[in-house]
Amino acid sequence: MIDIDKLWFSWQGHTGQPTLSIDALHIAKGEHLFLHGPSGSGKSTLLSLLAGIQTPQRGSIRLNGTAIETLSSAQRDQFRADHLGYIFQSFNLLPYLSPIENVTLACAFSKLRKQRALAHQASLNEVAHTLLTQLGLAPQFHQQPVNTLSIGQQQRVAAARAVIGDPEIIIADEPTSALDEANRQAFIELLFAQTDKTGATVVFVSHEQSLAPLFSKVVHLDDLQGAADDLA
Amino acid sequence: MILLKLASKSLLNRRASVLLSLLTIAISVMLLLTIERVRMQAKESFAATVSGTDLIVGARTGDIQLLLASVFRIGHMNNGVSWQSYKDISSKKGIKWALPLSLGDTHKGYAVLGTTGDYFSHFQYGKKQHLSFSSGAPFAEDNEVVLGAEVAKRLGYGLGDNIVVAHGMGKTSFHHHDDKPLVVVGILAATGTPVDKTLHIPLIAIAQLHGAQAHHEDEEQHNHNEPHAADLIGEPKQISAFLLGFDSPLYTLQVRRNINNYKGEPLMAIMPGVTLRELWGMLAMVEKLLLLFSIVVLLVSLLGMLTTLLANLSQRRRELAILRSVGAKPWHIFSLMSMESLLISLLGTSFGVALSYLLLTLAQPQLQAQAGINIDLQGISSYELMLIAVIMAAAWIVGLIPAVRAYFYSLHDGMSVKT
Repeated sequence: MIDIDKLWFSWQGHTGQPTLSIDALHIAKGEHLFLHGPSGSGKSTLLSLLAGIQTPQRGSIRLNGTAIETLSSAQRDQFRADHLGYIFQSFNLLPYLSPIENVTLACAFSKLRKQRALAHQASLNEVAHTLLTQLGLAPQFHQQPVNTLSIGQQQRVAAARAVIGDPEIIIADEPTSALDEANRQAFIELLFAQTDKTGATVVFVSHEQSLAPLFSKVVHLDDLQGAADDLA
Repeated sequence: MILLKLASKSLLNRRASVLLSLLTIAISVMLLLTIERVRMQAKESFAATVSGTDLIVGARTGDIQLLLASVFRIGHMNNGVSWQSYKDISSKKGIKWALPLSLGDTHKGYAVLGTTGDYFSHFQYGKKQHLSFSSGAPFAEDNEVVLGAEVAKRLGYGLGDNIVVAHGMGKTSFHHHDDKPLVVVGILAATGTPVDKTLHIPLIAIAQLHGAQAHHEDEEQHNHNEPHAADLIGEPKQISAFLLGFDSPLYTLQVRRNINNYKGEPLMAIMPGVTLRELWGMLAMVEKLLLLFSIVVLLVSLLGMLTTLLANLSQRRRELAILRSVGAKPWHIFSLMSMESLLISLLGTSFGVALSYLLLTLAQPQLQAQAGINIDLQGISSYELMLIAVIMAAAWIVGLIPAVRAYFYSLHDGMSVKT
C-alpha cells in the first residue's frame, strides 16, 4: 500500500543536508502504523511527502501502486483528493461551514470519493450524518457552528471528513494531542472502526508513546532515518 | 461552484470587516458616479443653452459677461445697444433673423425678457431644437406674457392668469406696477435651459414698465380694426443685446469684424459656441479637481479592501491548508481568494450605483433650481458602464494581490501550518 524506497529529501535542494533519508518502509494494506518521532525528527516533512505536497529529490514513494513523485503537481493534488484522508493536529475545520459541510467538503474535489460515498447512501449529507453519528457526534451537533464544538468533537468531524468516500490511506498528524487520555483511546478506536470497514491504511503520527500498543505496527522515525537528520 | 459557495460562506463569516470594505467601495463608487454624472449633465445642459445663433451682439464688455447676461440671465449688462444700431445691423445683407433682447426686470426672482414674436420661431437650443409651446401661443398683444416651463410650474401659473412684473432685479422689488398686469397666453415646453426660468414679454411692454407710454393713441385706433397686428415693439431707445442668425455661417467672421469696428457705438459680437467653450474651460479646473478627489477616494477604498484581505489572509493560512488537504489545487485557492475580492467589489459597486441614483434623485430638484443643471435619471450610460468596468477591474487587480499570496502560501505551507 505504502512503499518508500531510498527516499532522500532536503529543504535545501539536491546539495543540502538531507532532512529525510529513508532507505525502505513498507506498510501493508489495512495496517495501522504508529509513526513515533520527537518534534524535529522530520515528521512534518514525511507527511508532506506522503501527501504529495513535496516531492523527494531522490527515491520513490509508491502509494496504492502509484509512484507519486512521477506525477505532476496537479495530478498529485488530485491523487490526494481521491485516495488520502488527512487529519490535522487541531483546527481541522473551516469555521464558516457546518460540521456536515466540513465532512462533505472532502467529496467536493474528488469525483471518485463522491461516487464511493454515494454508493452507500442517497445523499452526501446522509453519509456525513451517519459517519458523524458512528464517530460519536450526536445529531444535535451536526448543524451547529463548528466553534461551539469541543476540541474532541471537532476531531471527530475531522475524522469523518478523512474517511468519507473510503480513501485508501488515512494520515493523522498527532490528532489526539489536544485530547485527554480517555478521549484519545476512544478517538483512535472509533477511527479504526471506520477504517477497518474499508480496509484503509492508517498512518498515525504521534510523540505519545503510550498510544503505541493500539497499533499493529510501530515505527520510530529515528530508526528509519539513514543519514543525518538533525535538522529542525 | 463549490468555490463560489466557499467564498460567499467565508465572506458571510467575516461579515463585519467585509461589510466595511464593501461600504467604502460603495461610497467611493457613489461619489465617482454622482460627480461624473453631474459633470456630464452640467456640461451637456451648458452647451445646450443656445444653438443655431451665429452671433450675440451687445455693448462692449467681456465675452463671457455678454454670454452670461444674454443667455444665462446671470449678471447684467452695464450698457445697452441703441435701437438704431440694432436696426442698422439687422438689416445688413446675409442676416436671416435678428432677435432683440431686453433684460433687467424680474418677476418673483425670474428674469423677464422683452423680445419680439420671432423669438419663438428662431431661438434654438440643444441640438438645433426650436422652442415649443406646451400650451397657448406666442404673445400677440402688448399686455401678454409667455412663461418658461419652470416659471409656470413653480409659481403655479396657468393660461389667463394675470401677473405683475417688477422693475429691476431681485426677488423683492418695491417698485411694483400694479396697474399693468400681464396676461399669460402661452407656456413653453421645458428645455432644460434658462428659457425655462424666463418670462417672455413684447419689447413694448418693457417700455411700458419703465413708464414710456408713447403708444396710447395707437391702441385706441386698434380697438376697432378687425385683424390687426398690434405694435409689439414700440419705440425702444435701447435693448440689452441681440442674437443674429445668418443665411450662411460664412458671413459670421466678416459680420463679427464689422460689428466690432462699428462706428455708431462701441459694440462687440461673440460666437456663442466659442464663448461657451471658453467659459466651460474656466470651470474645467473645478471639474477636474472633483474627479481627482473621487478617484483618490476610490483608491483609498480599494487599498482599504486590500488591507483587510491581507490582514485576514495570515489568519486564514490554516483554512488554506485544510482546503489543500482535501485536494484543492493551488489555483483553486487562487480562484477562491480572487472570487472573494470580486464579490466584495461587485456588491460594493452595485450598492454604490444604487446609492448614486438615490443621491441624484434627492439632489435633482435642488440642482435644477439652484444650478439649472437638468439631471437625467435614465439608465447607465456607456461611459458610466465603462467607469464601473474600470472600477471592477481595479478592484479585481487589487484583489489579485492577496490571491497570489494565498497561492504561494498554499504551495509552500502544504499541510504544515504553524498556527
